Amino acid sequence: MISLSQNVFSNYQSGQMGQTLGLLGLGLVSIITFMSLTAMVLVYVERKLAAHFQCRLGPMRVGWHGTLQTIADALKLLLKEDIVPKNADRFLHALAPLLTVMGALLALMALPFSPYLTVADMNIGVLYVSAVSGIGVLGILVGGWSSNNKWSLLGAMRAGAQIISYELSMTLAILVVVVFAGSMKFSDIVLSQSQGWWVWRAPLVGIVGFIIFLISSTAEVNRTPFDLAEGESELTAGFHTEYSGLRFSFFFLAEYVNLFIVSAIGATLFLGGWMPFHIGNWESFNQVMDLIPAGLWFGLKVAFMIFMSMWFRWTFPRLRVDQLMKLEWKILLPIGFVNLILAAALTISNFYFFAN
Amino acid sequence: MMEYIFVLPVMLLAVLMVFGGLLASRLLAPRRPNPTKLDTYECGEKTIGPAWIQFNVGYYLFGLIFLIFDVEAAFLFPWAVVVRDVGIAGLIEVIVFILILVVGLAYAWKKGALEWV
Repeated sequence: MISLSQNVFSNYQSGQMGQTLGLLGLGLVSIITFMSLTAMVLVYVERKLAAHFQCRLGPMRVGWHGTLQTIADALKLLLKEDIVPKNADRFLHALAPLLTVMGALLALMALPFSPYLTVADMNIGVLYVSAVSGIGVLGILVGGWSSNNKWSLLGAMRAGAQIISYELSMTLAILVVVVFAGSMKFSDIVLSQSQGWWVWRAPLVGIVGFIIFLISSTAEVNRTPFDLAEGESELTAGFHTEYSGLRFSFFFLAEYVNLFIVSAIGATLFLGGWMPFHIGNWESFNQVMDLIPAGLWFGLKVAFMIFMSMWFRWTFPRLRVDQLMKLEWKILLPIGFVNLILAAALTISNFYFFAN
Repeated sequence: MMEYIFVLPVMLLAVLMVFGGLLASRLLAPRRPNPTKLDTYECGEKTIGPAWIQFNVGYYLFGLIFLIFDVEAAFLFPWAVVVRDVGIAGLIEVIVFILILVVGLAYAWKKGALEWV
C-alpha cells in the first residue's frame, strides 16, 4: 500500500522533478475536484431526501429530476453581489471562509479511500484529522466576531462552545478504536478489522463508542438536532448572517465536506473502512463479498453514515442550549470515560468476538 | 516525514481557491453598494450599538474545562497506542490519571459551572 505522498517523495529523491511536480499537481487537482463534487452531490441528495421525507418532490426543473440544480445554484452564488457590512472587520471577514475551507481540505487529504487510493497515510492519521478539523471552529468564531452583528456573535459563540465540548466525547470514542487497533494510522486501523468491524467485534464497548461517535459527530458538524449555531428560527442565520454570495458558499461547501469527513472517519474506525463484509468461515460468501471493490465498500459505508445524519435531521427536534451542554458534560463524557477504561481492560485480557 | 509533503501545498490550494473565487466574483458580480445595504442586519430595525461588547462568562468556563480535558486526551493517545505493551500497570496508572480529572469535573458540576445560565 503506497500513498500518493510516498510516491511523490520517492520521485523527488530519485531526482525526477517532472514526475514529482506532476504527481503533486494531480493530487491537488483531485482533492479540489473531489471536494467540489462531494459538496454538490451532498447538497442535491440532502434536498431530495428532505423533500421525500416530507412527501414533496424537491428540485425537479433543472436537468433530469433536478440533478443540475446545485450547479445552477453555485453559478448564481458566484454572480451575486459580495456585500461586506461597513462595520465589519474587512480582513477577518475574508479570512473566516478561508480558515473553514482550509480545515476541511486538510482533513480530506488524510482519509483512506481504498488500499490504493490515499493522498497521505500518516502514522498519526486519526490525531491529525481531529487536529486540523479544529481549524474549522476558528473559521466559525472569526466569521461570527468579524461581522459585528449580534446574531453572528451569538451564533459563533454557541458554535464554539458546542464544537469544543463535543470534541471531547468524539476523541474518547476515537480512543476506543485506537486502543483496540493499537495504532493511529488509518491503514493499520482498517487492516485490524479484517476479522470483523470494531462496532461489533469489540464486545459492547464498540457499539457504545459508535453511538457516542454518531451523536458527537452530528454535533461537531452543526447539524440538526444540534444546529443551534445557525438555528434560523432563533438567530436568523447564526454565524454567517452577514455573509452573502461566494463567501457564504464557501461556508456551505465546507459544511457538507465536513459532513463527508466525519462520516468517513466513522466508517473507517467503526465500520471497517474499505474492508469487505466477512462472516467467520463462510468461505464462499466471503469470496463473493471480495468481488465488490474496496473503494465501493468505503463509498457505501460513508453513504450509509451520511444517510443516517440526514435522517436525524427530519426525526429529532432541535435541543435547547442548556440541554445541549447537559447532554455532553453530564451524560456523554462520563459514559465515554467508563467506556474507554472498559475497552482497555478488554484489550489487555484479549477478549474479542471472532478472535483467533 | 514524507507523508506530510502535501500539507503545505493543500494550504496554498485553499488560499488560492478562496481568494481566486472572491476575485472571480469581484469581476463577474455587480457592485452597487448603498448605505442601507451595507448596514449591519438587525431584523430590519435600525442597528443599535456594536456587537463587540462583553458577553456571558459561561462560554469562558466551558472553554477552561475543555482545555483541561483536551490536554488529557492528548496524553491518552500515546497510551492508547501501546496499551498492550504496558499492560495492567499502565491501565491502573491511567485510571488514577482519569480519576484525578473526574474529581475536577465533579467539582465543576457541584459548583454549578456546567449549568447554562
